[in-house]
Amino acid sequence: MSVPKADPKSRIDIDAQLERMAQELRAYLELDPIMIGIHTGGVWVAEQLHDRLGLKEALGTLDISFYRDDFTRVGMNPEVKASHLPADVGERHIILVDDVLHTGRTIRAALNEIFDYGRPASVALAVLVERNGRELPIQADVVGQHLELGADQHIKLAGPDTLRLDIMEVDN
Amino acid sequence: MGLLIQGGHVIDPINGIDGRKNIYIDNKGFVVGIGRAPKGFKKTRTLDVRGQIVCPGLVDIRARLREPGLEYKATIESETQAAVAGGITSLCCPPDTNPPIDTPAMAQMIQQRAWRFGMAFIYPVGALTRGLKGDLLSDMAALDESGCVAFSNALQPITDTRVMRRAMEYAASFDLTVLLHSEDPWLHGDGCMHEGEVSTRLGLPGIPEAAEIVGVARDLALVEHTGVRAHFCQLSSARAVAMIAEAQKRKLPVTADVTAHHLHLTDQDVGSFNTQCHVLPPLRSLSDRNALRRALKSGVISAVCSDHQPHEPDAKLAPFSRAEPGISGLETLLPLTLKLVEDGMITLADAVALVTSRPAAILGVDAGHLGVGATADVCVFDPDAEWILSADDMISRGRNSPFLGWHLRGRVTHTLVGGKIVFSRSPSD
Amino acid sequence: MRETDLQIDADGQLLHFLTTEGLHKDLMLSILDTAESFITIGKREIKKVPLLRGKTVVNLFFETSTRTRTTFEIAAKRLSADVINLNPQYSSTSKGETLLDTVRNLEAMHTDLFVVRHGNSGAAFMIAKHAPPHVRIINAGDGRHAHPTQAMLDMFTIRAHKGGFEKLRVAIVGDIMHSRVARSQIHALTTLGTAEVRVIAPRTLLPAGIERLGVHAFTDMRGGLEDVDVVILLRLQRERMSGALIPSEQEYFNLYGLTEDKLAYADKDVIVMHPGPMNRGLDIDSAVADGAHSVILPQVTYGIAIRMAVMALLMGGQAPQSRPTRRTRRPATTGRRRG
Repeated sequence: MSVPKADPKSRIDIDAQLERMAQELRAYLELDPIMIGIHTGGVWVAEQLHDRLGLKEALGTLDISFYRDDFTRVGMNPEVKASHLPADVGERHIILVDDVLHTGRTIRAALNEIFDYGRPASVALAVLVERNGRELPIQADVVGQHLELGADQHIKLAGPDTLRLDIMEVDN
Repeated sequence: MGLLIQGGHVIDPINGIDGRKNIYIDNKGFVVGIGRAPKGFKKTRTLDVRGQIVCPGLVDIRARLREPGLEYKATIESETQAAVAGGITSLCCPPDTNPPIDTPAMAQMIQQRAWRFGMAFIYPVGALTRGLKGDLLSDMAALDESGCVAFSNALQPITDTRVMRRAMEYAASFDLTVLLHSEDPWLHGDGCMHEGEVSTRLGLPGIPEAAEIVGVARDLALVEHTGVRAHFCQLSSARAVAMIAEAQKRKLPVTADVTAHHLHLTDQDVGSFNTQCHVLPPLRSLSDRNALRRALKSGVISAVCSDHQPHEPDAKLAPFSRAEPGISGLETLLPLTLKLVEDGMITLADAVALVTSRPAAILGVDAGHLGVGATADVCVFDPDAEWILSADDMISRGRNSPFLGWHLRGRVTHTLVGGKIVFSRSPSD
Repeated sequence: MRETDLQIDADGQLLHFLTTEGLHKDLMLSILDTAESFITIGKREIKKVPLLRGKTVVNLFFETSTRTRTTFEIAAKRLSADVINLNPQYSSTSKGETLLDTVRNLEAMHTDLFVVRHGNSGAAFMIAKHAPPHVRIINAGDGRHAHPTQAMLDMFTIRAHKGGFEKLRVAIVGDIMHSRVARSQIHALTTLGTAEVRVIAPRTLLPAGIERLGVHAFTDMRGGLEDVDVVILLRLQRERMSGALIPSEQEYFNLYGLTEDKLAYADKDVIVMHPGPMNRGLDIDSAVADGAHSVILPQVTYGIAIRMAVMALLMGGQAPQSRPTRRTRRPATTGRRRG
């Protein structure tokens, strides 16, 4: 297992980004959307947005472990959590929230899972960071920040008390 | 014309020999001199066995050859070859062949088959009851005439106590020896291993010690009543040993044997359903095993046998209770007995006696000694040779042994039957 | 090889699920936790997740048990596996196909997971021992030896009602001798740190040396049930009467059948469990079976989730590990691996 090195200089203050995302998401409020965060970082971001937007419907959480496309290779996540969606998603508008959009595979899995709960009217994707490295035709509707990172760089969200983005170099 | 076995350490308990001596064998296959060459001995061949032990060929009181009836497991040819590879030159074949040895023709057929191959000599054991069915007596006198050295019902119980009494009385009339596998069949039930913590853990039906104790008690009472010469086969429990000891103390004509595996394994070795440890009677507790070892030292048990039961691989590739019981034991009888010397339980001379002269005495056969005039059935072994039992190296058709992978000490280098070298292993093998 | 060594790989991951004996506590807890997350799936509109898509699960039931087989079948189907149910006719006396032959023929059909029920103790272990490396085995009951998924279901039920195990007194009542469920429960309970495990039965139904498994044995209900928090009843097969193990149904029910009177010896918040099918009027009085302490029915609903959890844990990560890619590595501080 490689040990990632945190570089303090690459820390990014995310408050402004969250605020900007909330601004953009206000346009969706008239659709009475359900907000769903993807475990774990996506839930933290969603909690912040949910607060700022003052959504009445409880925040939904999604654990995509059972939908991962690399399950047979890497196995069961030992910390798998149950998914909790607040209401019937059928014909509802959904704001799906994640921390980082990278390959797009997590979002693919999340969409599949949501559709097993029902047929939503629409799904919008909000991410704190959109980085390069997409492997699927998936794009975000609301983005906190765009980042160009090297193949050996990894960005992660630390939380949940104070959210913080760290960019690490991953040793090969 | 003669063979000289030169420079070996000769152990012959019957003749009280325990030292370095030459052995002289004539062209008819008899021992003609020990220590000094007899007059006129013409040596044509010398077997130099310096550093090795020379003892009488081993006498195995119980080995199944699977012929006739179960030739897909093994044959007389394959198993008498395996026997001599283990230093065994005489063995007793129990009557539970198919058909059973309950007619003179069967007894003779088995002996003739063995003679034809010229390896180990077979002493058939006749059926005590016809077809081993436990109701009608077999023609014991005729079977005795045709070479049966003793009578037994093998593992088939004689549940009718009156039939057992008659069988013993009849055998006693003709001074015949009965071999008893004493066990209460109802307490055995569907059991397949020793009843205790391990059987409980594995959820395997157990055979309580009481099954053996009740069986031995009944048969001892009948031995006392009938006066028959009785030999109790493969004792497995401490309590049964104590009962035999008590009977011997009261001068009842009883002897007993134990299998080599019961001296080294316990029910713990069944581990996780190791079918190689599925044997009957079952491997019992450590204290039982220790009692069996002590009984060798005290003389209560006077023979160690292989209870050889070769199987095809499929016989053991089944859930434990469905796997067939038994061990392919011919090739490990000697090293496992020698291991008791290493463990400090018995002397080397005792170990040799337990697999040669004493089983021969139980059966009343002329074997297991090397005195002048004796048939030259000889086992030569290297007491220091260390080896690992591997299935590939086994001669027996059955490779079923819980001792596969064990480090053993003491290995047969030459075996002579009737003065002829029927087996030899070069030191590099 | 020890059975418990065969079911765990070098990294402590489950390869097969054969017995609860020797399983690490953390692994048992992770089975329970994983099952927890599968419970919600049964409540959704589409009760399926794609975890085992493309995998073939064979329910190989040498002993018929519609109930257990159905639970495994539903579990496998909810994980999107293809399921085949087989009840091979196999007898020890027939010199034809051996048990391993049967299994090997099925392996050749690209089976990924066998769920094995067999009347002989050790059957699942033997199959696992001879299985090729990519094939997984779940023991769905072997002779009197083990029934680990049933035991984990019972642990799930106990945890759901009692929160944990450390403070509990648990009594298992009935035919311990012939019960694979009891053996698996005992190992699971002791591993999970249960304060006291008791077994209650007449001596004819208590196997030799049962105390060595870490339990206290009682022959009377009054002493055995005193202050217990959980009572687990075992089904008594009616053929035990003919084996001279118990005299009559009436005497058994009088002495060991769970009635409200006897239940009064237990803690006031006691729960009563029965792996089913129940013999009302023999193992249990209807008033107790249908009473406030009974958790007999909810157990069935947890059964599917437990079997899904075990299947998911076994089948994950079973493909040959390719060279680690950047994405399979992750910072040690995050709980999740993300794509």
